[in-house]
Amino acid sequence: MLGVEDLSISFGGLTALSGLSFEVAEREIFALIGPNGAGKSTVFNVVTGLSRPSAGRVRFRGEDLLVLAPHRIARRGIARTFQNTEVFRQLTALDNVLIGRHAQLRGGLLRGALGLPFVWREEAAARAAARALLDRVGLVGAAGVEAGSLPLGAQKRLEIARALAAAPRLLLLDEPAGGLNPTETQTLMELIRGLRDAEGLTVVVVEHDMELVMGISDRVLVLNYGREISSGSPREIAADPAVIEAYLGSEEA
Amino acid sequence: MRWAAAGAGGVVLLCWPLLVPPYFVFLTSLIVVNAIVAIGLNLLSGYTNQLSFGHAGFFAVGAYVAAVLTLRAPALPVVATLALAGLATALVGLALGIPCLRLEGLYLAMATLAFGFVVVEAILNLDWLTRGNDGLAVPAARLGPLALGSDAAKYYLVLGVGALMVAAAVNIARTRTGRALLAIRESEIAAQASGVHLAAYKTLAFAVSAFYTGVAGGLFAFVVGFISPDAFDVFLSVDFVAMIIVGGLGSIPGSIVGAAVITLLYDWLAAFQNYRPLLFGLILIGCMLFMPGGIASRMAKWTHQAQ
Ligand SMILES: Nc1ncnc2c1ncn2[C@@H]1O[C@H](COP(=O)(O)OP(=O)(O)O)[C@@H](O)[C@H]1O
Ligand SMILES: [Mg+2]
Repeated sequence: MLGVEDLSISFGGLTALSGLSFEVAEREIFALIGPNGAGKSTVFNVVTGLSRPSAGRVRFRGEDLLVLAPHRIARRGIARTFQNTEVFRQLTALDNVLIGRHAQLRGGLLRGALGLPFVWREEAAARAAARALLDRVGLVGAAGVEAGSLPLGAQKRLEIARALAAAPRLLLLDEPAGGLNPTETQTLMELIRGLRDAEGLTVVVVEHDMELVMGISDRVLVLNYGREISSGSPREIAADPAVIEAYLGSEEA
Repeated sequence: MRWAAAGAGGVVLLCWPLLVPPYFVFLTSLIVVNAIVAIGLNLLSGYTNQLSFGHAGFFAVGAYVAAVLTLRAPALPVVATLALAGLATALVGLALGIPCLRLEGLYLAMATLAFGFVVVEAILNLDWLTRGNDGLAVPAARLGPLALGSDAAKYYLVLGVGALMVAAAVNIARTRTGRALLAIRESEIAAQASGVHLAAYKTLAFAVSAFYTGVAGGLFAFVVGFISPDAFDVFLSVDFVAMIIVGGLGSIPGSIVGAAVITLLYDWLAAFQNYRPLLFGLILIGCMLFMPGGIASRMAKWTHQAQ
């Protein structure tokens, strides 16, 4: 479904990714792990069109993504969350999710300005759907709260709801368990599994929490200094000396 | 309760010319005109975070288009004149907005500031059409057989158009377009990741903002009856920015309140000729220090506490 081929990108003199290739299959839960600075978030930025690679190809369901603007990529069915959260801080949680639904709605400037019945029907339906999503991530009580004033864990979950509002086929989660306590992490794991099992979503997750990674992933790819050092099932990864080496060699893990 | 208050307010506005002297009718018309500009500017600066110090330029374009149309095509109904003034200004807004896509913050402020100067220069240079520094006397607006010559008639024209434009802005703000603009202000990358076409919406904000300001400029031409380039200097642009800062960035009701406060303040300060800029500046600084979110957010807090 998502194919990354020989991807390289550097910032200034720093090589963030070099010759990275991987393939994510439909309905797979795929984990990208590795020490901080390994290039995991950069992979997401390239896939969503925010960063342009110096070499390589990215295909999504057969289509070349590198020629598309970020909003077009989003409309192809790729939604994401951000490591350092990018909620719309001064807007309510509900409005955050409604913006996630942007591409699904039809009411434009003129029809909106005229307040046509069609627009209000669409808005009412969108609000109901947004509330249902907030409920799903355990935030329905915070619908009217300014997103910036929510605790970090809640902002992370809000971003998931916003991403889901776009009705994506591929969901990219950047450290979704950051700031979550163990119970919340458990709930998150069930949510991610449910998205795949019940809705057929494909999920790529970047995460440091090994319990989550080992618990939900079908396959794991380990990055270090922008290169793949290992990939396989969670069990294979855990036993790979190269992975143990990389993790013991870094302060983070 | 809310509807009763709104209804009572509506009745007062409709009877206003019967209740107060003509000068206050004129002043109220000016407030509504400025409120339309403030809403337009807020959609660009408060909603989309694109600062403009050139809105006097858009205002001038609208005023001159309306004035010239009324002089050259007297049979045109005023509604068409105003619509054309708005559309022409929206085109100018597009022409400015597209190159400005690359600019942010201070650079955008500078570019729009320069735009304001360019418009005044253009008016001076097109003197065969605009009569340059001499200015243009604007005939009364016509609506079929009616000539809207009195302060009261002008007031009703302004009030009617203003009500439509406020309603449209409220609807825009509450639906998909308004949310997309706010999303851009809050986080451009998250907006894009949500499928919002940045360039399209930033340009749209310019066009809509210019449309509002152009229509208001047309109304202004009819309300004051005479326009000349010196009425559209950079200080007017600053006043428009002051309206949305005092009223509240990103708020339609705030835009209206801000326009009323600044317009009345100006009128009141007319008694203190020499101290006017000083007092105006002090009041502005006070507002920014003590009401950083503008009057709108202060009112929101009060109503929140009252509940
Ligand atoms: N936009 C950017 N500009 C400059 N350097 C960047 C940028 N994005 C990422 N980097 C650098 O690329 C490397 C990989 O970053 P990142 O992908 O965020 O790592 P990870 O998510 O694995 O922690 C880091 O050294 C980071 O500083
Ligand atoms: Mg990262």
